[in-house]
Amino acid sequence: MDATKDTRRTALKVEDLHTYFFNRWGTVKAVDGISFELKEGETLGIVGESGCGKTMTALSLLRLHPQPAAQIIEGKIVLDGEDILQLPEKEMRNVRGPKISMILQDPQTSLNPVYTVGNQIIETLDRRDDLLKNDLRKEAEESLRKVRVAAPERRLSDFPHQMSGGMKQRVIGAIAMAGGPKVIIADEPTTALDVTIQLQYLRLLKELQAETGMGIIFITHDFGIVARMCDKVAVMYAGRIVEEGPVREIFNNPSHPYTEALIGSVPKMEEKTDRLFQIDGQPPQLYALPVGCRFTNRCQYAKSKCIEAYPPRFSFGENHYASCWRHDESWDKIPSSTKEEITEMLEA
Amino acid sequence: MVSSSPLLEVKNLRKHFPVTKGLLLQKTLGYVKAVDGVDFTITEGETLGLVGESGCGKTTTAKTVLKLEDPTDGSVEVYGKNVHTLKGQELREYRATVQAVFQDPWSSLSPRMRVRDIISEALVANRDVTKQEVDDRVAELLSQVGLHPFQAPLFPHEFSGGQRQRIAVASSLASYPKLIMLDEPVSALDVSIRAQIMNMLVDLQEQYNVAYLLVAHNLATVRYMAHTTAVMYLGKIVEHSETEDLFKYPLHPYTNALFSAALPSHPDIKTTEIVLQGEVPSPINPPSGCSFHPRCPAALADSELMKRCQGEMPVLAEAAPGHKVACHLYTGGATASVETGGILFKTGLEAEQSVLKLKGAIAAGIGSTVASAEEATRAVEASRAAGQAKAKKVVNVEGSGVAKENDNTSDAQLEADSNQEDKSSE
Repeated sequence: MDATKDTRRTALKVEDLHTYFFNRWGTVKAVDGISFELKEGETLGIVGESGCGKTMTALSLLRLHPQPAAQIIEGKIVLDGEDILQLPEKEMRNVRGPKISMILQDPQTSLNPVYTVGNQIIETLDRRDDLLKNDLRKEAEESLRKVRVAAPERRLSDFPHQMSGGMKQRVIGAIAMAGGPKVIIADEPTTALDVTIQLQYLRLLKELQAETGMGIIFITHDFGIVARMCDKVAVMYAGRIVEEGPVREIFNNPSHPYTEALIGSVPKMEEKTDRLFQIDGQPPQLYALPVGCRFTNRCQYAKSKCIEAYPPRFSFGENHYASCWRHDESWDKIPSSTKEEITEMLEA
Repeated sequence: MVSSSPLLEVKNLRKHFPVTKGLLLQKTLGYVKAVDGVDFTITEGETLGLVGESGCGKTTTAKTVLKLEDPTDGSVEVYGKNVHTLKGQELREYRATVQAVFQDPWSSLSPRMRVRDIISEALVANRDVTKQEVDDRVAELLSQVGLHPFQAPLFPHEFSGGQRQRIAVASSLASYPKLIMLDEPVSALDVSIRAQIMNMLVDLQEQYNVAYLLVAHNLATVRYMAHTTAVMYLGKIVEHSETEDLFKYPLHPYTNALFSAALPSHPDIKTTEIVLQGEVPSPINPPSGCSFHPRCPAALADSELMKRCQGEMPVLAEAAPGHKVACHLYTGGATASVETGGILFKTGLEAEQSVLKLKGAIAAGIGSTVASAEEATRAVEASRAAGQAKAKKVVNVEGSGVAKENDNTSDAQLEADSNQEDKSSE
């Protein structure tokens, strides 16, 4: 993406966000210093495996993280020029919906089974001041039409169980978009859907984005969705962003070993893969994080330096950063270590 | 690699679930035709992938093979014996021969049993073994699936998801089975763990010469693991062939739509997407004729063909050697299918694969009066040979007509065409 013509306004800016859990085993650093920026009409993909803090990042953005267990202890979330972390809880109700909203993973559980779909959409619309009570139903119908639900006037009086999974996810989309938000967070919105329905839904999101110019944050573990949907990518590992950059850069020139391994370990639809690259081992426990790079124990390139200190961000051209010591000038001079030596050093 | 003795033979399998009303005097309102006439065979050491959307009957097929469901009609034979009539010792033999690994390792392992007992269960239940033999086998299996023998006395909750799936695989291997049912074996696991498990399954297959029936909805997984692949839609197999053949030359419009809906592995791969209208119809009252016709882009574009698809059920027949497809486009007789092929082409075919299909359609279409499956077969075969010989990519031929298509085809194809014309004039 060329920066010269990119004059779009910043919709969301996150600076050094920390969300920690405090429990009897210690401090779980679920989100440990995350920064990114999202422009209007832009799509950011946050990729990582479960437990890396993707969902907690998303919930923190809405200030819906499970309190009091989890606390945002540091950072800024600037939405539309305003740091929402400074707002009192009461005012958050005017932020969630009109400014930022979220589509959850599982359409089966995110709708209330005892209310009609129309009821649940109207509930959101009712928060808006510009609508008269009599217009609510019309407006709800309109919002269903926007997400391409056939015969919306009849669908409004349906209960969620009368709808298919794809249809329910559209309704959730309609609810999320009812307030006309600047930013939508989609947390694995299509994992529960079939491939053909998934494609319909992804296309719908793209179309709606083109109409409304909203920014979308896609939380996913599927690089296919990233390739299909996103303009830029942030790869998360153990609470931190280890690499970020424009989507093509990430695919063509992955600069963090984790990104590289993650892309290599996914079988391809387009060609025959002889052997998948496998990442051995498990991610570290979030309450006992190592001082150094958190990927060290699974990394094929690891050297002693990786254990000693967390790598800084190295830049690779336009907006592409990776935190890995391999890009340090002194890297070649460090003697290489075997996997066993690294494991030993880590345990010590 | 693959020996040829048929291990599993599924013949005309049907499983219909009654839909009833009322508590005491149950009235049958209809049947859910979950599986409706499925045939396939698996040979030793081979992997068959079953793909399709949810509700297409993949899991019911797998369950019937596992003897967890009794079929309404048809048979499942393992080494020539119908598994649904087995009794006594033969039944025990069968249970040791066919094993399963399920999707979710959090619910498929008993939380009250130690890993040792979980793994040895199939062994103890189906064969006469001494305690020493059991311990040795458990230790051997644990190290084969990448765990430590000293983990045998632990409970499942002490393991992570990937490790649990390893335990599930070890337990399925314990009784030296010949066939393992893999029902979405990696979809519940983390991305970084999936590759570990898939690689392990492939290695173990080589080691044990075990056959897999892989039920999955992720097409890339199937392409990586399966030797042959069958695509199911509404209880029927619509296309069945060698995996590579199928992925390179998908013939059925549904297969094409399904493949085009799969997400790309790189942002620069642009496939023209065939977005199907609507959703999978209810299996209680499936559409007449070809059950895909209300959503089929080829049939929707061609009213002549549509008539046939509505009225007549296509049979699964070879359109090319070893490549079976159930679609009227390839059985000939559809007069307008030349254009149809063209339309399909425009709506979304990647050059290489699509050329083939267009040719199949042409082959079927030109000789419409006497065109038979064999002719289509020959044409497809010839063009495939030609395509391979020249290894050229025909980039997005417009579907406008046969003339342009011929420019791009090799001599072999022309020959095939002329042969066919000869035959039709006879």
